[in-house]
Amino acid sequence: MVFNTGMVGYPESITDPSYWGQILVQTYPLIGNYGVCHRDFESPGPKITGYAVSQLCSEPSHHSSEKTLDAWLRESGVPGIQGVDTRALTKRLRERGTMLGILEVSENKPDIGALRREARRVPDPNDRDLTMEVTCKSVGTFGKGKLKVALLDCGTKKSIISSMTALGVQVLAFPVDTPFDRIMEHGPDGLIISNGPGDPKKCRAVDAVRAALEHGLPTFGVCMGNQLLGLAAGADTYKLGFGHRSQNQPCMEAGTKRCYITSQNHGYAIDAKTLPEGWGEWFVNVNDGSNEGIRHERKPFMSVQFHPEVSPGPDDTRFLFERFVSLIRKGGKG
Amino acid sequence: MKPKKVLVLGSGALKIGQAGEFDYSGSQAIKALKEEGIEVVLINPNIATIQTSDYMANQVYFLPIDMHFVKGVIEKERPDGILLSFGGQTALNVGVELSDSGVLERNGVRVLGTPVEAIKNTEDRELFVKKLGEIGLKVPRSFAVKSVSDALKAAERIGYPVMARVAYALGGRGSGISRNGRELKENVGKALTHTSQVLIEEYLEGWKEIEYEVVRDREDNCITVCNMENFDPMGIHTGESIVVAPSQTLTNHEYHRLREISIRLIRHIGIVGECNIQFALDPESDDYRIIEVNARLSRSSALASKATGYPLAFIATKLALGYSLPELENSITRKTMACFEPALDYIVVKVPRWDLQKFRMVSKRIGSEMKSVGEVMSIGRSFEEALQKAIRMLDIGMDGVACSGLSFRNLDDEIRSPTDKRVFAIAEALRRGYSPDRIHRLSRIDRWFIHKMRNILDIESRLRGVKPRELSREVLLEAKQAGFSDRQVAGLLGIDELAARKLRQDLRVLPSVKQIDTLAAEYPAATNYLYLTYHGTEHDTAFRGRNHVIVLGSGAYRIGSSVEFDWCGVNAVTALRKMGYGTIMVNNNPETVSTDYDICDRLYFDELSFETVMDIYENENPLGIIVSMGGQAPNNIALRCHKYGARILGTSPGNIDRAEDRHKFSSLLDGLGIDQPEWEELTSLEDAGRFAGKVGYPVLVRPSYVLSGSAMTVVFDEAGLERYLKKASEVSREHPVVISKYIQNAREVEIDAVADRGEVVAWAVSEHVENAGVHSGDATMVLPPQKTYVETIKRIKEIAGKISRALEITGPFNIQFIAKDNRVMVIECNLRASRSFPFVSKVLKSNFIEIATKVMMGRKARSERSMWDLKHIGVKAPQFSFSRLRGADPTLSVEMSSTGEVACMGDDLEEAFLKSMLSTGYRVPKKSVLVSIGGAENKLKLLDSIRDLSSRGFDIYATDNTSRFLRESGIANTMLHKVHERRKPNISDYLSGRKFDFVINIPDESKDIAMDDEYQIRRRAVDFSISLITNPQLARLFIKSISAKGLEDLKIKAWSEY
Repeated sequence: MVFNTGMVGYPESITDPSYWGQILVQTYPLIGNYGVCHRDFESPGPKITGYAVSQLCSEPSHHSSEKTLDAWLRESGVPGIQGVDTRALTKRLRERGTMLGILEVSENKPDIGALRREARRVPDPNDRDLTMEVTCKSVGTFGKGKLKVALLDCGTKKSIISSMTALGVQVLAFPVDTPFDRIMEHGPDGLIISNGPGDPKKCRAVDAVRAALEHGLPTFGVCMGNQLLGLAAGADTYKLGFGHRSQNQPCMEAGTKRCYITSQNHGYAIDAKTLPEGWGEWFVNVNDGSNEGIRHERKPFMSVQFHPEVSPGPDDTRFLFERFVSLIRKGGKG
Repeated sequence: MKPKKVLVLGSGALKIGQAGEFDYSGSQAIKALKEEGIEVVLINPNIATIQTSDYMANQVYFLPIDMHFVKGVIEKERPDGILLSFGGQTALNVGVELSDSGVLERNGVRVLGTPVEAIKNTEDRELFVKKLGEIGLKVPRSFAVKSVSDALKAAERIGYPVMARVAYALGGRGSGISRNGRELKENVGKALTHTSQVLIEEYLEGWKEIEYEVVRDREDNCITVCNMENFDPMGIHTGESIVVAPSQTLTNHEYHRLREISIRLIRHIGIVGECNIQFALDPESDDYRIIEVNARLSRSSALASKATGYPLAFIATKLALGYSLPELENSITRKTMACFEPALDYIVVKVPRWDLQKFRMVSKRIGSEMKSVGEVMSIGRSFEEALQKAIRMLDIGMDGVACSGLSFRNLDDEIRSPTDKRVFAIAEALRRGYSPDRIHRLSRIDRWFIHKMRNILDIESRLRGVKPRELSREVLLEAKQAGFSDRQVAGLLGIDELAARKLRQDLRVLPSVKQIDTLAAEYPAATNYLYLTYHGTEHDTAFRGRNHVIVLGSGAYRIGSSVEFDWCGVNAVTALRKMGYGTIMVNNNPETVSTDYDICDRLYFDELSFETVMDIYENENPLGIIVSMGGQAPNNIALRCHKYGARILGTSPGNIDRAEDRHKFSSLLDGLGIDQPEWEELTSLEDAGRFAGKVGYPVLVRPSYVLSGSAMTVVFDEAGLERYLKKASEVSREHPVVISKYIQNAREVEIDAVADRGEVVAWAVSEHVENAGVHSGDATMVLPPQKTYVETIKRIKEIAGKISRALEITGPFNIQFIAKDNRVMVIECNLRASRSFPFVSKVLKSNFIEIATKVMMGRKARSERSMWDLKHIGVKAPQFSFSRLRGADPTLSVEMSSTGEVACMGDDLEEAFLKSMLSTGYRVPKKSVLVSIGGAENKLKLLDSIRDLSSRGFDIYATDNTSRFLRESGIANTMLHKVHERRKPNISDYLSGRKFDFVINIPDESKDIAMDDEYQIRRRAVDFSISLITNPQLARLFIKSISAKGLEDLKIKAWSEY
């Protein structure tokens, strides 16, 4: 069970594959106000396991609305609950950390005792490689362009792809378990490692990332991609108490006085102390000092823990895609 | 490089469009500067503000905020920095003028924060449009014009309806919607009298109105602290709109697109600090327009500050000093940084408070011009909850959206062309079965809001007639979650409020106390900024205080109750803290300093109702409640709280009631042998007529529990009495109406005092310049009195002592007297702090509120300073907002109509008086004056003054009777024809041509005051910004003062130098 403090963007969050296996709690109390429109989806359908809100809006109002949030979740088979003191719940998650939860949908009054017993038997989704459950099944091609970038799909958000294609770059998305050699057969000019759910240490893509580093292929990681790049470089990752899931996380760019407001959704982070030589922190979270991005001092390898593709959230850092593309254009030397 | 000494410009008197929010922003700026060890000099004639307290700025100047005086202060104080964006439009305009004239440069004063160049780019529409065009941002299609004919041409090109806007506007003055050429001619004609340039603009009817509060530092870091959505779409000034934060109907795409545009804009303009951006957003597409940018702290930024807990003004000051956002702390969590965007886990609703019924002849319609005088902000976890709370907070006798009990003659019309009652009209329409779609089509209000309002009405109909015994917890909880008060529930169930409260508590339906923490519970908050909600299962905070005192704030600013009571509340809390008590403030007005969470230990941003105050009381179990600081609103619930078992500190509520209830009070005076105007309780017209016949007309008629002369009136004959009786029965059913002899040609004198168990320990007597009959809130007050006999003052002191002993007063009180010949009569007594407490405290340099708070807590205290020792004089003058209220008749009466006040000091009466008058916008006339005096007596009274003017070379113009009278008295003058006569030379042409710089128009109070010709003169004087005086005593003193003093005689002296 995790909480998100964003005040807008529920369709984007619900369809974000990084929430795979999670019950999402919204701290903003009024949800569903503008209905649901498929153009806002970050993947074809809801990825959350369950949804908890304070007040669900049954009569949304927006010109783009296609259906109510309730109707959409029902037809997608995603259970939800309203009338919850989501602030009280969030404080518990903040104090005791992300925890397992159970959500019962029933015509009858639920048996709390039985639910409590059942909850104890709920398997921890983070014990599995969740990325395998949300990655694409086969190689997909998006956009057109002279420049070709491979995307290692750990459960990518649509916006990572569209952020690249908007820059005139062709994106080839590969299933998360694709070996690096197979990726290279398509002759990419660079590699993007996407976001994705779960523990990065369970994700098998780390070998491909390590190979990319050895090969010297310009690489840009996002979210889980940041953690995978860290692991591939030889650093360690750890689980945060309750993660960062919000649209207001301030991140400083190292060596500058610039601070960006970023959109985030992650439960794990790189332990910056374990970064090997040649690597440095690129962004740091101003609130809690946690790592928000790493880069190689000389080679074209970089990644961010936050979401420069946003959706939902503020697009202060969308320019990072441009930076990556111009780095590739310059032959990986920037 | 950090400056050593900084000049802060305040905003002056509260007026429509510029109110208490600038006390909040200025106070935060001063705190932020002082924290850096910077010396602060403040200019603000608004003596009732917190920012002009002795512990705030190092030097305070109670002087007009204009070029002349600010320049004088700069040359005297030699500051090296100046802050322009914390004193509203007034400070900004003067700042630009100072910069343009080179005063700042010559004196080495650096503008801190947003550069003047950037300010100009936002203020001058032409520059603004050009600047935004450079980065491809969309603004409404518009043309700047300088004449009516060009305006008509522009409108043809844009297509009607069009909006006419004025550059350098304050609260949208002079802006208006024109649907055809005739309306446009009128609107532009009027606007061109205020300014040389008017903007004709495409009118975006029905578009959503969205605002962003944006912050930028020197390193180019930008954040948006808050966005807000107007319930009322484009066409209703944002100050007149119900506003919610955050936006409710915007998608992620829309929210962040407008955010991105906001940041692009603030960078391009080069703001350093804070700015407010207003957008119009097409509800049917992605299209948008940027309507306005305010490169300064504003009413909206104060609201955003309170709505989010982000101290915008404080941070903006630090940024102006050169800090960057990531270097500053989030003062709520004290753990995270100021470089972030608050996440709310609640909804905030702001509702304006109007007092249009206080004005004669004003239109009740709301639109693109601001008319509201205050606002409230409510916090809840649903829109329904927050909206109903906000409606109650207005303190206009409404229990919420449901059960309002208003009726409307033409519902469709009321919804389509709104007045201040639209929200109740929508509720009524929903009750009658209008569909949300139909209401949307009429009002263009987004369906989301209307659907939510329908939820409220649905609950109302479900609750109506339920038997109390059969009421289930679920149904009651649902109602409470939709914001129903116990009173509303009681009304629907047919029981009384206390029974409903008991029922609710028996069913365990209790509010939860939640914290505002800026980060939606992601980090723990170190401050107690609190509100109540029924959407909770637990409290955020423990109630461990053993030593706490609750202070009730003033609620919405309104005519008769504004920033002065915030000053009292803040000073009471500050005094309590100094004594070592824990402090709990309850208030709901976002324009205040008392709602800054660092003022007290626990701030409840919530209702000041019996229900909520007792809910807080029962949780907190404090030592007691102080009800005497927030004006009349908290005083009104004192007795009920007391009867319910709450400890009320200070004078006992039973004795408060003895003073409030005119009947009881008059008996008390009789018992004490204290003189009062003859009075009688009024039960029927016959009795009233008999009484009036006995004492002789005119008589004063009023209900008890008086505030700001509400529903009080003078009647001159039997017909007037009859008219009033009809109205009064609507005004008050619970309290009897009292009739008394109205004494003409008498002085009015007031005492402000503090007593300790009946013994007076601090006191000051002030006299009114105007004769009795002008509401004390509209009167010009002089301290120490200059015309009142010492003997009279002693009598007043003696009477105050008697009353104080009889009522065993412990705390602040105020008594108003009429003095005529050798009689001193009591006309009113309030056992609470009065409007003039900050004035007398500051002129005397003895903090009456601190003394009052001490004695209420059982400590010994006494004023060290006596009025008799004063070497200087303080004059308090009212500020009127007639120019904002189209059509309102600018006269004085027993009804209060001023919106604010100023007070200045001087070495003599004329100096202090003239400074005060200049501070409220009067200008020293130079050449010509129009005189029109009603009544023979008034003419005689003013004869010498007019002769003075004439001998000093003024051209005197006059209307027929006055002209003849002056000529016969040997004063040469030009007779002008009245407006309706249409003959030349006509007053109308002279007024619109601004041929006068001073108008004296004294109405004959015994005649029907709305007499058209006289009204036309007064109204046009206001519309054409010509100094107008309508009271004979005031006119005499003004003429005497300008004869005695020139601008150069008004000394630039700081408060500390008196």
